[in-house]
Amino acid sequence: MEKKTDRATLTFGKSTSTLPSLLSFALDDWYAGSAGTALADSTTSRVSFTLDSSLDSVNKLELTAEEVAQRAGFDEDTVTHVAMAVREAAVNAVLHGNAYDTTKYVTASFETTSDSLIIRVTDQGPGLDPDTIPDPLAPENILRGSGRGIFLIKAFMDEVHFRQLHPGTELTLIKYRKPAQPGN
Amino acid sequence: MSMKVQTRQVDGVTILDLSGRITLGEGSVTIRDAVRDVLAKGSNKILLNLAEISYIDSSGIGELVSAFTTVKNSGGELKLLNLTKKVHDLLQITKLYTVFDVREDEASAVSSFNK
Repeated sequence: MEKKTDRATLTFGKSTSTLPSLLSFALDDWYAGSAGTALADSTTSRVSFTLDSSLDSVNKLELTAEEVAQRAGFDEDTVTHVAMAVREAAVNAVLHGNAYDTTKYVTASFETTSDSLIIRVTDQGPGLDPDTIPDPLAPENILRGSGRGIFLIKAFMDEVHFRQLHPGTELTLIKYRKPAQPGN
Repeated sequence: MSMKVQTRQVDGVTILDLSGRITLGEGSVTIRDAVRDVLAKGSNKILLNLAEISYIDSSGIGELVSAFTTVKNSGGELKLLNLTKKVHDLLQITKLYTVFDVREDEASAVSSFNK
C-alpha cells in the first residue's frame, strides 16, 4: 500500500533561514524529514497540514490545537475548549465528511493573529448543511447517542463558519485572544 | 491514551472504575463492551466511576447516553460517580447533567440503587 505523507507548511513572513520556535514541536514530532516552508512575520503565524482520513489525524490536530492555543496565551480552560472544538471538527471531517476514505484528505490551518486564533478544517466529503443538524438539546434528541459535535464546537468557540466547497466543507473556528469590544 | 476498566461488586452493584479518555476510537467501544458484559452476566445495577477520566469528547458523551438507555431499557439503572470538572462541565453544557443520576460518594451511590 502506498504510504501517504503528511504535508506541513509554516508561514512566518519572509525569513526562510530557520524554523521559528512556534509550532516547531509539531514539525519535530510529526514531520521530521518532510518538506516544510518557513517564513517570518512579527504579527501573524500560520501553519497548515494535509492529513489522511484517519483517527490518527484527529489526534494530531487536537494536539496541535492544544499547543497553538497554549502558545497564543489562552488560559487552561480555553486551551481545553479550543482543542476539543478542533477535535470535533476533525472528527466531522474524517468520519462524516470523508467517511474514512483513504483517497480523501483533511486539510487544517492554524493562524494566530494579534486578535484571534483562526482554525480552518476542510474535508472532501459530500458537504454539510449546518441548518439540517438536529438540536441536541431538544427533548426528543437529548438521549441520542450522537449529534453533539457541532453543538460543542459552537459552545467553545467565539465564531464558527461553514463554507461549502463542492465537494467538501470548510469549517472556520475563531477564538478571540482578548474579549471582543461591544460594537466591534 | 487508551481507556481502562476495572470491575468490582459492592452490595449487588457493579462498579466500573474507568480511567483514561472516552473518545471516538478509544474509550467509546470499551465502555459499550463493558456495559454489555455486565448486563450479559445478569447484573443491571451499574455505577460508572469517572474519577480517573481525564477527557471525554462528543462520541464519549454519546456512549455514556447509549449505556444509560441500554441499561434502563433492560430494567436496570446506570449512575455516574465522581465526575471531574471537565466531564461535569460537558454534561452541564449538553443538558445531560440532570438526565443522569450523578453521585459524589460511593457508599451513598451504592445504597441509592433499588434493592
